[in-house]
Amino acid sequence: MRHSPVEILDAKTREKLCFLDKVEPHATIAEIKNLFTKTHPQWYPARQSLRLDPKGKSLKDEDVLQKLPVGTTATLYFRDLGAQISWVTVFLTEYAGPLFIYLLFYFRVPFIYGHKYDFTSSRHTVVHLACICHSFHYIKRLLETLFVHRFSHGTMPLRNIFKNCTYYWGFAAWMAYYINHPLYTPPSNLRSSAGETGARHLCGKEAGSVTSPSTWPCGTCGPLVRSKTRKIPYPTKNPFTWLFLLVSCPNYTYEVGSWIGFAIMTQCLPVALFSLVGFTQMTIWAKGKHRSYLKEFRDYPPLRMPIIPFLL
Amino acid sequence: MGRLTEAAAAGSGARAAGWAGSPPTLLPLSPTSPRCAPGAVAHACNPSTLGGRGGRITSETPSLLKIQKISRAPWRAWLVLAITMVRFYMEKGTHRGLYKSIQKTLKFFQTFALLEVRIVPTSVLVTGVQVSSRIFMVWLITHSIKPIQNEESVVLFLVAWTVTEITRYSFYTFSLLDHLPYFIKWARYNFFIILYPVGVAGELLTIYAALPYVKKTGMFSIRLPNKYNVSFDYYYFLLITMASYIPLFPQLYFHMLRQRRKVLHGEVIVEKDD
Repeated sequence: MRHSPVEILDAKTREKLCFLDKVEPHATIAEIKNLFTKTHPQWYPARQSLRLDPKGKSLKDEDVLQKLPVGTTATLYFRDLGAQISWVTVFLTEYAGPLFIYLLFYFRVPFIYGHKYDFTSSRHTVVHLACICHSFHYIKRLLETLFVHRFSHGTMPLRNIFKNCTYYWGFAAWMAYYINHPLYTPPSNLRSSAGETGARHLCGKEAGSVTSPSTWPCGTCGPLVRSKTRKIPYPTKNPFTWLFLLVSCPNYTYEVGSWIGFAIMTQCLPVALFSLVGFTQMTIWAKGKHRSYLKEFRDYPPLRMPIIPFLL
Repeated sequence: MGRLTEAAAAGSGARAAGWAGSPPTLLPLSPTSPRCAPGAVAHACNPSTLGGRGGRITSETPSLLKIQKISRAPWRAWLVLAITMVRFYMEKGTHRGLYKSIQKTLKFFQTFALLEVRIVPTSVLVTGVQVSSRIFMVWLITHSIKPIQNEESVVLFLVAWTVTEITRYSFYTFSLLDHLPYFIKWARYNFFIILYPVGVAGELLTIYAALPYVKKTGMFSIRLPNKYNVSFDYYYFLLITMASYIPLFPQLYFHMLRQRRKVLHGEVIVEKDD
């Protein structure tokens, strides 16, 4: 079997970084990355981007050397993606934060509100209910991350963890501060009973989304959950999947619905703003997902919208 | 922050000229050259680029009418402002009341700058920050807090903004007309070295002067308890805004210095990638 030599050049400076002279033709890019790491240990495989053209797209780990359009000596260009961190770590950190932070405010830990309120408890039922819903939501997300999601890429740039955590933790603290404040104004009686029923509905929805793995083919996190066979998601016997009739990404629809319900239940403007920001981001993701579905499947149901039935 | 940032951000097309980069008319200068959409930086609209595409010069040169429209609006605004300011000072010998006399023009044209925001996917955040910071200064500080209108610091940033804008618009206009005197280019890429810190100093001092009034009147603030369970303290908001200048100013300033080296000295600078 003929071995093909591979040389790796820096994409920016064209400097020769590594020459691998005995690489088997059916070796994958992943194996080449491992070999490269041996000569440059500071660039572990996750932070390597190898490509055929300095300005081209990154080659996938599964690509086989033999099948690439290269000459006798394969020339690959290397780009450093920067320090990487695993998706799982990021997700766990960004969801554990709000869970913990909210509880700090709920139990009125010292130095948040005035000293006379330390460790007191709110007299409004809705405040307790809000704590339950919020905590349940983030526990659900943590469990999903640990047991449900299948991650394709594995890592993301390190600075994302700071960005994401600031967003989640910041908003959680901001919301929790007002909901658990001694001067909190609960919604009026009529609205509060409607809100409370709504809240129980939402907790039910959350439970539903966890127990229906068929919502996950779409994936809350776009590129992450990827089933091996690409099929159009369709509703099953599980009632929570019936929303697939109308939207491409019902998980986002449910998510937005939950947060809007939470905002109505607590009558708190920061929660409404958080829902709005989340909705904007999820709409962008849903539209992207929808577009890629349309591109991939000729017979995609025309009635389906990305995130809001009939509207968006 | 009255950003003089785009003054030197020639190379980074969309981002730089973003907020006040081009006239409110929003006319693309050349229909076939996408870079010359509103907000495009002058050098991208360099006549040689325009003429070079496919060699079809006549169909791509902006019509004279368009040029006139384009160069007229913001040009005049800032020129008017500058002249008014100079005349006022010469007649009255003091800067007191200056703001009052120019405020209508200033507000009108700064708000119009909103229309100049080009929606660019990659830089809408940067552009948005730049536009909103000038709008913030004009409407939320000097307009709303009357006692500080006679502060010297107001004159400081007004002068800085005026000189920058005049330089910048003359740069664009002359580039379009295919007759860019080196002096204008030199001015555009060197004045900011002084003007930018001066402008920032003026803004910061003005906000600082406004703080006691804000605290006393509790303006733009909302306290608990209220129906929406939210609170906002304008005083602390201003403090945070002032603090935000510390990380942002050096970044923008050094970016402009890098652009200057690229344009004036033809240095090739390998940009850090994201």
